[in-house]
Amino acid sequence: MIRRIILAVGVLGFALGCILPVLALARNLTIVSWGGAYQDALRQVYFQPFTAATGIPIAEDSWTGGIGVLRTKVQAGDNPWDLVQVESEELQLGCEEGLFEKIDWNAIGGKDHYLPQGVHDCGVGVIQYNFVLAWDKDKFQGQPTWVDFWDVAKYPGKRGLRRGVKMNLEFALMADGVAPQDVYKVLRSEDGVNRAFVKLDQLKPYLVWWELSPQAAQLLGSGEVLMTSSVHGRIIAVDRSEHRNFGIRWAGSLYTVDSWAIMKGSPNRALALKFLDFAGNPAVEAKMMPILPYGGLAKGANDNLPPDLLAVSPTNPQNLSQSLEIDDQFWRDNLDKLTQRFNAWIAK
Amino acid sequence: MTRRRGGIDASLLLVAPLVLFLLVVFALPVSGLLRLAFTETAVAHALPRTVVALRSWNGLGPPDDATFAALAVDLAAGRGEPALAAAASRLNQDTAGMRTVLMSTARSLANTLLDGPAAEGSATRSVLAADPLWGQAETWGAIRRTSGPLSDTELLAALDLRRDARGMIAAVDPERAIYRRVFLRTLATAALVTALSLALGYPLAALLARVPARLASWLALLVLLPLWTGVLVRTAAWMALLARNGPINQTLLALGLFATPREFLFTRFAVVLAMLHILLPYMILPLYAVMRRIPDDQLRAAAGLGAGPARVFWRVWLPQTAPGIGAGALMVFIQALGFYVTPALLGGGADQMLPWFIGYAANQSGEWGLAAALSLILLGIVGVLAAVWTRIARLSPARPA
Repeated sequence: MIRRIILAVGVLGFALGCILPVLALARNLTIVSWGGAYQDALRQVYFQPFTAATGIPIAEDSWTGGIGVLRTKVQAGDNPWDLVQVESEELQLGCEEGLFEKIDWNAIGGKDHYLPQGVHDCGVGVIQYNFVLAWDKDKFQGQPTWVDFWDVAKYPGKRGLRRGVKMNLEFALMADGVAPQDVYKVLRSEDGVNRAFVKLDQLKPYLVWWELSPQAAQLLGSGEVLMTSSVHGRIIAVDRSEHRNFGIRWAGSLYTVDSWAIMKGSPNRALALKFLDFAGNPAVEAKMMPILPYGGLAKGANDNLPPDLLAVSPTNPQNLSQSLEIDDQFWRDNLDKLTQRFNAWIAK
Repeated sequence: MTRRRGGIDASLLLVAPLVLFLLVVFALPVSGLLRLAFTETAVAHALPRTVVALRSWNGLGPPDDATFAALAVDLAAGRGEPALAAAASRLNQDTAGMRTVLMSTARSLANTLLDGPAAEGSATRSVLAADPLWGQAETWGAIRRTSGPLSDTELLAALDLRRDARGMIAAVDPERAIYRRVFLRTLATAALVTALSLALGYPLAALLARVPARLASWLALLVLLPLWTGVLVRTAAWMALLARNGPINQTLLALGLFATPREFLFTRFAVVLAMLHILLPYMILPLYAVMRRIPDDQLRAAAGLGAGPARVFWRVWLPQTAPGIGAGALMVFIQALGFYVTPALLGGGADQMLPWFIGYAANQSGEWGLAAALSLILLGIVGVLAAVWTRIARLSPARPA
């Protein structure tokens, strides 16, 4: 009896010894996102429930963006990443350069399953987020617009803007009376760009520049600025955690979408699609909102949200209809030149 | 004689590890980086045939059909390759919109397969069909300008200059001119900080040198203490102190000096103040070192021979502290030139110094060539200053031992 047990254990051990290396070769589905609190939320909402439902394990990594990183990964071969969260600019460039697989939309419910801004040849929208006008309701009653933002005579105090040309030209034109839907039409002419810079120049002595999104909330919270542009989620997060009385304005905000993209040549393409199919379930996406207010792109993700969460969801039709999508095509062509001009202007 | 030389050889062997270390981790990478300031490879790498074909182009109107054909072949070969993307990025920095022109042409050429024997002019037609901008000389001029292998584009850009369509050096548009102003601002800020640190540090160093040794060591500790705290920590502390609701503003308001809080943060004042605080010890320590070695007897002798206090200071004290002033000023000035984090956190848009722009070019806009060109010029300025200083130091009379 004992001999047989020993034999069985031995055989089992031998078998495991043969199988384990094979298992190790087929690596786990590796998903890459921005890390930090955001990735913690992804894990809670998507990764762990997916593994629980399907038994498919997920490995994680994080990165800070940059098309160069993706180029290096694909060029080097043996790319350890399968599914990567990318910003819209990286999605467009990477798709053009062949760094991503094309999405098989039939495998994940079809393009109609998603809002149009979440659909791309190479990517599926993960979250939408807006750059909004944010203010402290304790110091400013009412709903300031970009016109008010520029009106330092009527509302004295400093203003915060992101240090960079993108989005500030758009806000300046809106403050100058351009309707949101016409902003990029105006910007595509030299006169329109000049007009935006003239408008920015008026506000220049009152501007404080932030570079990372936590700084915007910090400037507002410390009272250094009366109003600031900011990513909506950061303001809401600080508002909740520090019990502040911050307001954000959806009208005149700019939005962009982060997408999931499958890396070129990934051996886990099928698993990645399976994950995307799971993650595109509106009921699953809705679970993100209580943790971080970044809206999902599947249709119906807002359906069962309580009113307070619905109010801060970027994909809530009421908010969406007042927001303008950042024109990636415009910025892809003009960012270099306009950044030079912006840097020269700001340094004067 | 031979023994002496042998001694030198042995000591050279002892420093060999250090020399090797510096060579490998400092000299080689830095020179490799600086080389980017005047080399240009991205476009020639992705469009080799086009670059060669363009050599015979006269620069007026579109080139001949052979050049169009060369472009078509280059784009077909490079489609989906990172090299083509890199070339597109480089061209877009030169001329806005070139990224899209290049990438979309590559894409649509691949869709309209060129089959059958190529008729004269067919390459021109299909490239122009892909994007009519190829009919303009400017589009081809951008490729020729960036075709390398050596280029003064970045060094010129670092001085707000560029080459126009005819290849002559011209100033960039006033609204894009930036770096000359930044160089001047960087030098002026560094000079101001140096002058202020000398004005504040000189009396303090003199005090340290004249008080009893026990007290001097305590005072010296107070000078040294800030040196042991990180620059970032001290800058962050100034941020808190100078904030709109910070202690300085609170105090001023409580004393009734101002009715509303002052704006200290994000100003040149905040930058200079914090830089002064951070760099002051580098002025005090060399001054203290030379002042301590001036014997009291000399001062007493001068006074005994009838010199008044002012005369003693000018004729006896000051000349002997000159090397300390030189060393301190050089150390403060050169460090101030390289300040990055303090202006970034405490300054406004118009208070940023050159290192910020170098960092921006390298980390954010990906223009390594420009970053290298700016660094090269800054390095040149520091080199000239160091050379001038050593020359002055050599000319000054040797002090008695």
